[in-house]
Amino acid sequence: MTTRTATAPNATLAAPSKKRLPQEVSILLVLFGIAAFFEVLGWFLVGQSFLGNMSRLQIIILQVSVIGIIAVGVTQVIITGGIDLSSGSVVAMSGMVAATFAQQANWPKIIHPALVDLPWFIPLLVGLAVGAAAGFVNGWLITKTKIPPFIATLGMMVSARGVARWYTDGSPVSGFTESFAMLGNGLGRWAPVVIFLIVAVVFHVVMRYTRFGKFTYAIGANPQAARVSGINIESHLIKVYMIAGLLAGLAAMVAIARIKTAQAGMGLMYELDAIAAAVIGGVSLSGGRGRVTGTVIGALILGVMLSGFTFLRVDAYYQDIIKGAIIVVAVVVDMHRQNKRSKTT
Amino acid sequence: MNNSSPVEALSESSVIPQTKPYEYVLEVVNARKEFPGVVALDNVSLKVRPGTVHALMGENGAGKSTLMKIIAGIYHPDAGEIRLRGETVHLATPLAAQEAGIAMIHQELLLMNSMTVAENIWIRREPHNAFGLVDHAKMHRMTTELFDRLNIHLDPDAEVSELSVANRQMVEIAKAVSFDSDVLIMDEPTSAITEKEVAHLFEIIRGLRERGIGIVYITHKMNELFEIADEFSVFRDGHYIATHLSSEVTRDDIIQMMVGREITQMFPKEEVELGDVVLSVKNLTLEGVFHDVSFDVRAGEILGLAGLVGSGRSNVAETLFGVTPATSGTIEINGKEVSIQTSHDAIKLGMAFLTEDRKETGCFLPLDIQENAQMAVIHDDFVKYGFVQEAKLEKVCLEISQKLRVKTPNMHECIENLSGGNQQKVLIGRWLLTNPKILILDEPTRGIDVGAKAEIHSLITQLAHNGVAVIMISSEMPEVLGMSDRVLVMHEGHCTGILDRADADQVKVMDLAAQ
Repeated sequence: MTTRTATAPNATLAAPSKKRLPQEVSILLVLFGIAAFFEVLGWFLVGQSFLGNMSRLQIIILQVSVIGIIAVGVTQVIITGGIDLSSGSVVAMSGMVAATFAQQANWPKIIHPALVDLPWFIPLLVGLAVGAAAGFVNGWLITKTKIPPFIATLGMMVSARGVARWYTDGSPVSGFTESFAMLGNGLGRWAPVVIFLIVAVVFHVVMRYTRFGKFTYAIGANPQAARVSGINIESHLIKVYMIAGLLAGLAAMVAIARIKTAQAGMGLMYELDAIAAAVIGGVSLSGGRGRVTGTVIGALILGVMLSGFTFLRVDAYYQDIIKGAIIVVAVVVDMHRQNKRSKTT
Repeated sequence: MNNSSPVEALSESSVIPQTKPYEYVLEVVNARKEFPGVVALDNVSLKVRPGTVHALMGENGAGKSTLMKIIAGIYHPDAGEIRLRGETVHLATPLAAQEAGIAMIHQELLLMNSMTVAENIWIRREPHNAFGLVDHAKMHRMTTELFDRLNIHLDPDAEVSELSVANRQMVEIAKAVSFDSDVLIMDEPTSAITEKEVAHLFEIIRGLRERGIGIVYITHKMNELFEIADEFSVFRDGHYIATHLSSEVTRDDIIQMMVGREITQMFPKEEVELGDVVLSVKNLTLEGVFHDVSFDVRAGEILGLAGLVGSGRSNVAETLFGVTPATSGTIEINGKEVSIQTSHDAIKLGMAFLTEDRKETGCFLPLDIQENAQMAVIHDDFVKYGFVQEAKLEKVCLEISQKLRVKTPNMHECIENLSGGNQQKVLIGRWLLTNPKILILDEPTRGIDVGAKAEIHSLITQLAHNGVAVIMISSEMPEVLGMSDRVLVMHEGHCTGILDRADADQVKVMDLAAQ
């Protein structure tokens, strides 16, 4: 409903203005609508303000950051017409591996006995490398064996989780160096948010203004036409999946640095939240359409909903039920929008 | 409107002796259809007599497809009415139209590819045995009978995915007949089939006509009109223009009705002084697809590639352009042997390739005009440190689209919203931006209207004039003969001959193509 009121003025604006209002505006209105909804209900049911609580807002945005970083990578994969189901497990795998290099040398439960205190960027690079390697395997499988991305990344989802468990025999890893922990707690605890924003801005620019981004859209819009246009689809897809893996690795670093521990069960279902954020943000599962800004707003919508329901003391079961419904509604709206577009031709 | 007697006589002499209290099997009266911002149909009427083939002519965007979709129950008219066998009907859904006796054969065939021919025809109406299960033997029998009546030779148990486009069309026609339809709508049925298949199709259409079916036939091809249609109606910009007997008019009359202006010359072929050999192909082979194809193309020359669909014409083009690299043979450009393994290699060597199928391999439908136009050029130009130089590109894209007369409000319109002819112009623009020395065009004017066609033809001539070596594949014989300096004919993966412009005529080309 909110989207309809938001898109209606577009039609009239389209003629004089050069560009149509981007679809992000309507998604943003949905976000404001949901926030306002909780604000009003908050005063009636709980007797306090939802938005006027700085620490709540900080928690929302901190929670959103980890999913958001993953979702920026997943967005690119979906724009190529693919899907990445492995992000959550890749978070666990790169988190576990990197964590063992982030431990203090004098920590009692140290995994690598010969470890000395390493500067923060070494475990960070290890985590990024593990994530990118997983992405490379995904991309390689998809382009060389031609299996559907769903299957390739499903395999990675299961295997990476296995690696995460095997790596330390299932025991959690903690006792990180101060400098590494800053990745999740630095800058007055805002470090995850800052990292998320940098990632979002960088990839927004990449997708909109670089050749790499144009090729990503082209492959999703029509792979055959992309091939004839001279685009090397195989190597491009591998790069895109590597970016998705790398960002999952980065999200893992932020997550373990923030909670100061890594365990094999972490990141469970993150891939679905990331896909949901993209889809709610208007990224089309059929490829070729969608923007990073949309995904960022989509992630915020998820975060606000989660926090809002907790704030209203809605039971966790209901939260999941409603979250599922929202994802479906987002896809229905996307389909409706595409149908309308093709009917006018 | 047109009460001339020959057609009446025809319908009365038709075999089916039903008493027909109606003169027209289908009438559309004053139909109007608006879409947001466009009036697609304005007060349009159409009258189809039983036992006739009624052609609909008009440029793309004239409103033919909209009218068809109204008749087939896909769209609902905002005003006006539809009369079937003299009675007003309301066609709420395509299914309702089908049950009322209107069958439509879409340009994109709508069959279930993984099911058999028989299953496709009798879907929803399968014969059942005593246990309420589908009786496959009976279904097979029913299909065979149906095919016998129509003179179609297909295995009812073949899977549709294994059939050629022409044979799939036959299945669609048989399905339409199995509904005892009185009206059959065919949307450009010959756009993707070979000449021989066209002949068979026309035979079947004539058979249907004798059975008293009213056939509405959309086409862009003028010679088909004279060959198969009894009457035709012309539309332009959503308006009804005229209905005539096809025996009464000439080709030029029709073109004039369609475009509202006179096209003096369909093929503006110019004599161009030919330059050096730019592209030389020797024994090019893609194992199992085509073998030992050799030819030269000079600067300023247009080499036509003729042959039946499936003869390997498009495959040669794809191999030249690195989409499917050759398994053996050599390609020389300006006398130097080159290796083309990817399309990017070909682009770097100054080649460009307009593919056959706009939707499948040409357009990026979700993207806008500029993004579509710039995709081939940004490999090597207009990019600095990986960043696309949007402002510069917008300027050149705008220039080229104005030169090609793409009808659009601006460069950020989604290409999906353009007509076929305009989409094709954008795709041509994509390749012109790369300044090609060798231009391969695969069916450059398929499915686009007469006006745009003429513009594209004169553009090709102009490019040749500027020294571009052009290879043009086309299934339309007049186009190949009218545009080419030489015609290379292919048959089943082999080059069967190269004819000079002076020698080439329809008979010789067909002779080489069909062997």
